[in-house]
Amino acid sequence: MTAPGAAMAGVLLIPAAGALLLAVLPGYRLSSLLNMLFCGLTLASACLLYGMRPAGGLYLAVDDLNTVFLIINSLVGLTTSIFSAGYIAHELEARRLTLKYLRFYHAMYQLLMGAMNLALLANNIGLMWVAVEAATLTTVVMVGIYRTPAAIEAAWKYFILGSVGIALALFGTILVYLAAQSQLGEGLPAMAWNQLIAHSASFDPALLNLAFVFLLLGYGTKIGLAPMHAWLPDAHAEGPTPISAVLSGLLLNVALFALLRFKLIMAGNAGVLSPGPLMVTLGLVSLIFAGFMLYRRRDIKRMFAYSSIEHMGIITFAFGLGGPLANFAGLLHMVMHSLTKSAIFFGVGYVTQLEGTQKIADIRGLTRSQPLLGWMLLAGVIAIVGLPPFGIFTSEFLIVTTTFARSPWLALPLVAGLTIAFAALMMRAHGLVLGDTDKRHTLRAYRLAPMMLHLSLVALAGVFLPAPIVLWFRHVVALLDR
Amino acid sequence: MSGLYFDIAHLLAGSLVLVSFMLLYQDRMFALLNVFALHAIVLSLAVAWQAFTQAAPHLYITAAIALAFKGLVIPGALHRIVQRLGIHRSIEPVGSIGVTMLIGIGLVALSIVVMLPVVTAASSIGREDLTFALSTVLLGLLMMVSRRNAVSQVVGFMSLENGLVLAAAGAKGMPLVVEISVAFSILIAFIVIGIFLFRIRERFDTVDLQALEMSRGEQQ
Repeated sequence: MTAPGAAMAGVLLIPAAGALLLAVLPGYRLSSLLNMLFCGLTLASACLLYGMRPAGGLYLAVDDLNTVFLIINSLVGLTTSIFSAGYIAHELEARRLTLKYLRFYHAMYQLLMGAMNLALLANNIGLMWVAVEAATLTTVVMVGIYRTPAAIEAAWKYFILGSVGIALALFGTILVYLAAQSQLGEGLPAMAWNQLIAHSASFDPALLNLAFVFLLLGYGTKIGLAPMHAWLPDAHAEGPTPISAVLSGLLLNVALFALLRFKLIMAGNAGVLSPGPLMVTLGLVSLIFAGFMLYRRRDIKRMFAYSSIEHMGIITFAFGLGGPLANFAGLLHMVMHSLTKSAIFFGVGYVTQLEGTQKIADIRGLTRSQPLLGWMLLAGVIAIVGLPPFGIFTSEFLIVTTTFARSPWLALPLVAGLTIAFAALMMRAHGLVLGDTDKRHTLRAYRLAPMMLHLSLVALAGVFLPAPIVLWFRHVVALLDR
Repeated sequence: MSGLYFDIAHLLAGSLVLVSFMLLYQDRMFALLNVFALHAIVLSLAVAWQAFTQAAPHLYITAAIALAFKGLVIPGALHRIVQRLGIHRSIEPVGSIGVTMLIGIGLVALSIVVMLPVVTAASSIGREDLTFALSTVLLGLLMMVSRRNAVSQVVGFMSLENGLVLAAAGAKGMPLVVEISVAFSILIAFIVIGIFLFRIRERFDTVDLQALEMSRGEQQ
């Protein structure tokens, strides 16, 4: 096997091997260390793929687009596994989880990483669907792992809505195959994405239109776009916090990636209805809806889950708008959101463990009770609402200015939505971190390292984007901007 | 291809839609499971017929999986679960049966209106098959929203999956990877559901989802 081929295999096989090993290994200390190790190795292979590209086949392919997703996926996967080690040790002490469940948890974590990587690497749209479904199922069982009534309700809702979404996506996938089959012939080539995109101009437009509606609704459910978002807040709130971080930071991106691939197929055909306006509409609806919903939240994890809906709305909006600048901004926003939101969930995980509650009303004065955590959480919220000097400011600024330049009428609801969400989050964060309290918590500073790393990366990106990264993103945008 | 081949394919696919309607008005748990088994058997016949007319031997595997797994194993297992939990009493649907049936008819009409004109261009044997498949998918969705009970929601979901398998079989020459994966994912899904059912049982002594909704995460 060649070196690039080995790197590609590594991204898929390391998590698979990890899942097998961690499923049989007793003892959580070793398992959580190995969990980090496997995630680290996956990240290393993913980084190798940036430098060298194996020749694509009918099943798997590496291009500029999926390397961005792969690397961010593996990076957040690694930092979350580091956070998770401290988190689950506490859960074990609090007797919320048992050793048996932890074994299961670690195996599922690796399986989830592997399934997401497979979805990103898949060149075959059927294989991509299978991988997204596998990733969904692993997260369903992890959301239900606490077995409280609320957790079971959340997992059940997630399972039913996720399955319906994924079923609709499969129907759309079959329709795309049908459209391609009359041109490319029967069999594998008619499901290979690079073949589809090369020949999409000759496909039957009516069939593609119908397919895209199903795909948008199906994968849109997984992205968490309103009004198909109902599973998302519950799943985030009731599962273990590392899973909330991975759900928001990674799985939503993977679903978005799937949708983007089909959007590109649509864009190659002149006769179809343009996918852009549909995505813009759903994005705006999600943004504004989530913005208003943020005001009524009483649960801290649920609040940041709604913020994820808001940001997925913004990203979908940007990609729907299209054009070099909006695509660039959308891609940057996606990366920044992954880093920031997972950092916030790391912080929230510690907060809920220290305070012993998820109720916003019961948590106050974090900057006094645990200053470092409090200030970092505040920094995270400042980053997520889009204030400088963080990277989300850059991407939101780009999105807003492009919208003003291209279609000013869309800028109105966009800015309104951003402002609504901004005010809501700042108001809540104010109550959480400021104010006076008698409580004093101890938390070793090193346990905040993953959060610190993410926030510094986001702050760095806001001040200065290194030229190689800009160049790399430009390549991706060239791919997105056909 | 002679007209008879088409007619039989349509007969089988049409029967699947008919059985979907039968699922909608079942009000006993065991009857529901029996009708679902019938649903899977009709599906396996339809897929086997597609395998024969398309001369695609791999579709026989899909048909066999549908017959053995969804026609026998799953209904049998669900029978046992229902018995063990003692929930074979009647199921309470959300709306009245009549209204649900009318909505179902509307959904079938919708899928005919949507699919038939579109698929004409794709010269495929599965033209009407695809319409029937979409109807089955939509009826499965309807069943999921019109039932409050976990077991009947699961049955609704599986009938929806049956519709997807029919669509995949009707799409000529669709690679095997998808069919096996669908069957496989149902297996996983079923295990997941099984775990859930037992967990739900432990907590509430019922599989009625209304009990779950009482304990919503966020009290306002």
